[in-house]
Amino acid sequence: MPRKASSSVSGIIDTPKRATARTTSKIVQFFASASQKPASNGEAKLSSSFPGALPKLGGSLSLPTISLSTATGENTSESPMVVFSPEEARRTARKHAQFGPLLHPSHKYVSQHDDEKELTEPVEDEPPYFIMITTYFSYLILIIFGHVRDFFGKRFKGRKYSHLKSKNGYAALNSDFDNFYVRRLKQRLDDCFSRPITGVPGRYITLLGRKSDDYNETFQMTGEKIETLNMSSYNYLGFAQSEGPCADATEETIRKYGVSAAGTRADGGTLDLHVEAEALIARFVGKPASILYSMGYGTNAWIFQSLVNKGCLIISDELNHASIRTGARASGAMIDMYKHNSMTDLENKLREYISQGQPRTHRPWKKILVVVEGLYSMEGTMCNLPALIRLRRKYGFYLFVDEAHSVGALGPRGRGVCDYFGIDPREVDILMGTLTKSFGANGGYIAAEKQIIDKLRAINAGVLLSESPCPGVVTQITSALKMITGELNTGEGEERLQRLAFNSRYLRLGLKRLGFIVLGHDDSPIVPLMLYNPAKMPAFSREMLKRKISVVVVGYPATPLVSSRVRFCLSAAHNKDDLDRLLKACDEVGDDLDLKLSSGIAGGAIPLPEGVTPEMEAERIANGGKIAPPRWPIEEVIKRGVQDTQLPLR
Amino acid sequence: MASNMTASASASATQLFNMDYEEFIALLFTMRDLAITQFHRIPGSAIVTRYIKMSYQHDPARSAIELCLVIFAIRYLLAPKYSTQKKNFVKLRDDEIDELIEDWAPEPLVAPLTEFEQEQVEKTPVITGPTGPKVKLANGRTVTNLASANYFNLAGQPALAESAIATLRTYGVGPCGPPGFYGTQDVHIDCERDLAEFLGCQDCIIYAQAFSTINAVIPAFAKRGDYIVADDKCNFAIQKALQLSRSTIRWYKHNDMDDLEKVLKKIDRESRGRELTRRFIVTEALFEDGGDVADLGTIVKLKFQYKYRLILDETNSFGFVGATGRGLTELYNLPATDVDMIVGTLATAFVGGGGFCCGSKEIVHHQRISGLAYVFSAALPAMLATTVSEVIKMLRENPENFIVPLRENIKTFHAALAKTDMLTVTSSPLSPVISFTLNTKKEATVAEQDRMTQDIVDECLANGVLVTRAKRIALPAGMAKGPSWFGWDPAAAIKIHVSTGFTKKECEKAAGIIRSAVTKVVGRRR
Repeated sequence: MPRKASSSVSGIIDTPKRATARTTSKIVQFFASASQKPASNGEAKLSSSFPGALPKLGGSLSLPTISLSTATGENTSESPMVVFSPEEARRTARKHAQFGPLLHPSHKYVSQHDDEKELTEPVEDEPPYFIMITTYFSYLILIIFGHVRDFFGKRFKGRKYSHLKSKNGYAALNSDFDNFYVRRLKQRLDDCFSRPITGVPGRYITLLGRKSDDYNETFQMTGEKIETLNMSSYNYLGFAQSEGPCADATEETIRKYGVSAAGTRADGGTLDLHVEAEALIARFVGKPASILYSMGYGTNAWIFQSLVNKGCLIISDELNHASIRTGARASGAMIDMYKHNSMTDLENKLREYISQGQPRTHRPWKKILVVVEGLYSMEGTMCNLPALIRLRRKYGFYLFVDEAHSVGALGPRGRGVCDYFGIDPREVDILMGTLTKSFGANGGYIAAEKQIIDKLRAINAGVLLSESPCPGVVTQITSALKMITGELNTGEGEERLQRLAFNSRYLRLGLKRLGFIVLGHDDSPIVPLMLYNPAKMPAFSREMLKRKISVVVVGYPATPLVSSRVRFCLSAAHNKDDLDRLLKACDEVGDDLDLKLSSGIAGGAIPLPEGVTPEMEAERIANGGKIAPPRWPIEEVIKRGVQDTQLPLR
Repeated sequence: MASNMTASASASATQLFNMDYEEFIALLFTMRDLAITQFHRIPGSAIVTRYIKMSYQHDPARSAIELCLVIFAIRYLLAPKYSTQKKNFVKLRDDEIDELIEDWAPEPLVAPLTEFEQEQVEKTPVITGPTGPKVKLANGRTVTNLASANYFNLAGQPALAESAIATLRTYGVGPCGPPGFYGTQDVHIDCERDLAEFLGCQDCIIYAQAFSTINAVIPAFAKRGDYIVADDKCNFAIQKALQLSRSTIRWYKHNDMDDLEKVLKKIDRESRGRELTRRFIVTEALFEDGGDVADLGTIVKLKFQYKYRLILDETNSFGFVGATGRGLTELYNLPATDVDMIVGTLATAFVGGGGFCCGSKEIVHHQRISGLAYVFSAALPAMLATTVSEVIKMLRENPENFIVPLRENIKTFHAALAKTDMLTVTSSPLSPVISFTLNTKKEATVAEQDRMTQDIVDECLANGVLVTRAKRIALPAGMAKGPSWFGWDPAAAIKIHVSTGFTKKECEKAAGIIRSAVTKVVGRRR
């Protein structure tokens, strides 16, 4: 089988010359899907259910490729050659670079947890020993080389090391030891981090070319612009857009309100916009009240001191975000951590702490706050909310859920983990979230009972002393929220949610089938692919960049030393073509870098033969039956992906 | 053998036993031989044997002690793990634990609102429509706005709005990611360059929220064992940053340079002979509590003399203090490079958002890796970064259009407020936030002061002027100010945010209303 798929769509999309492919892609898609007869039926059905979404489409319902969500302003007729004037083609291309058109109505899925089932932790596959040994060995070599270079460098190139040495009575600004990782390990792959961009971080992202002549010590801009497929931004629902209803609303607000609200929330910085946004957020997450802050990190960094202090206990998941750690430390409460997502460990800790009371005095704790994240950004795992709620009922602690990544990204209505698990939000004491990710804005919120929120307004430093969110940003939040709930462009929000869920499952399944080790729950839009060896991080990132795909690689210290990974963030702005392009690229790079390491225990297995039920298969494996490592050919993965994404992933 | 077996059962059993016993012994011997040969095969086994033999011959007691040690080591390794920290651990049965869990009654997550807090929350002004010198409140009244930090009256300026819209139409709103992961847009790089050039520093880094900036900057450099000498009136954000740094913190009396030198000398004495650690002086440029100006000249002199690095928080001064708005360094005629880190806000005079830290290349580079609020937070929205760049451009082109009228208006307020002896203006004439305390004959309690200031705010609002009062963040009950908890306890004061958007007449009128409100409320007490 040839590596490039025979289908005209993906064939052309996959060509390296993206610039030319992009302007013509509309035409290509037109031809490609015009041959798919059943598609048009589905699309017509779909359109009839979303009457508001088709203002200018008129009689062109027979054109199946046009995404209903982005249909505003698109003008199509029977002959594509006449319709696409250069100006219009440019505009369409620009729009599609921010938000890809939906290729087929079947590319959707509802993200929802099956109530009947317990949330099971995803199976974690282990790489062969060879990989583990070489990984440790790589670090060993890096560390030895680093120290050798430091040893000679400090003696012969003193000037370059001046910031690590005391001089003129000033202690070194950075400690040599703390800085070692940055200088000797991270700098080697600095070209993969902090890549500057321009424009909208939507479906595509435009990188600004840069080069380094001194091994990443400094970078020079080359002036070129590289449009790449964006698998890196937290743009879950695709609201990073410079046009469309949200941008229009934002523009109107800036024109009316100006750029800034100038002031703190408690003083003159509260506008009617803030009040409206807070009411909307509260209604959205299902809490009586909420407060809006101008920064997500800052929300967490300043909230805990208003909730707990000395004599209280914070029990936090070990993989919680840095902002939670900062905030917890600033609170003055005692802090302990439990093993990531391990409910037994949490329960043991709770039993011990409640029964022992405070250290030394054994006085009972004033309060215990358990802090979890809805969706963990490095692992792609969700918190086990049903189990947490059961524990909360039993032990009477307060539950704080950080929905930074999950709000908007999970649940049939996009309302976060509570929605996903079908749990009443009242069971969670504090729902925190950021507005940076799914809503394409900036800032954070806290949602809780009205009495708690009122108290926070009176005592929380984030309200009393920090700046209020800007009007334009607030309108982006409200309009995105309204779109998700269906108040604005009815149907589009729902479509975005379902596209995201489909994309997440499609990519995860595809990668598993290709043989990669992938972490996270099936419905999570964060898909980490394990690389292990540190040298594979830059290799993978650069290979992907060559294929015009931008990805995020993460290694130590953000992850454990041996589990370097690449993280794909899915978006509703991606369509199946984008994911197929990514899968193909991963397939090639995975072969080159020896990344197809899965043993098959974590999924991606070949379909069961006829007559074999999943139960029979499970029994066979339980009895010591062998599991074949999945190594599907890419064509097969793409062919079966759409239909299998709808089934429970295997 | 066959005859024996038939003779008696017991005899045969003994025989069998004997046979087995012999075989057993033989087996033991073969096993021993096998073990010995195996042992001899291990490289170095001969040395071990020789060592044991010789040591036993020289001194059997020594061998015995060594054997004891080996046994002890094995026992130690096999012993169950125990924590050295749980000396105070009470062993409980499961049912006792269940009972304790049943009995445990946590306090409510937040304490109920006090009456005064409730009042404050209800009285938070909500502005309907754009902010500016005159604003419409939610109750429909139009009032003079002396509560928003809109010093140059740029928040609603149409040209800035148009540039923000242009940015919106190219960049969208949020950058959807932290700066390290494709969140650094070219507009951020430009904004950082503009700020560094404006101040005359090597480099600059922008954070997404001003209030969280210092909180990231100080802990990125100051670690456990380092010394921080700070003014004891530093704002709440600095205090929290000091707490997070885990450094050794020494306070000096507010703006008391002799005390500062005393503290520096003392640290010098006590750390003599010890390993050199980093030392920082942290101060605000223009103090949030009170509004007076730090004696930067002396601080810089002392900093060089005692080899400290200086972190200067210009949150309340950057943009409007100094002849061209470059802050306190300009006022004292010092190059900005004399201060190691200058931290400020872009959300007030610059009507954008976020905060910044200017310094040398190394200082900025280190924050890009270690400044938690930079690394772990989404970048600033592009339109706010371009707004800041625009304002810097305006300020560089004609600073006098902004600074001079602002100074004039501040002067007008100062002059008008000086007409009564019931208040004392504490803020410097440079500060666009005028704060004054109340003069009562009898010493008023904190609660009484809060009451009075709130009454003045209400009285002003009733007469169409929106002012604010200094907010405090109380320590939780039973806590003292200390290394594990800091409160924010500024003097009870009224704050007036002056803007260039007012004419002299409007300023005088507003000051008159404030004055009569003060007279009314304080007079009632007298």
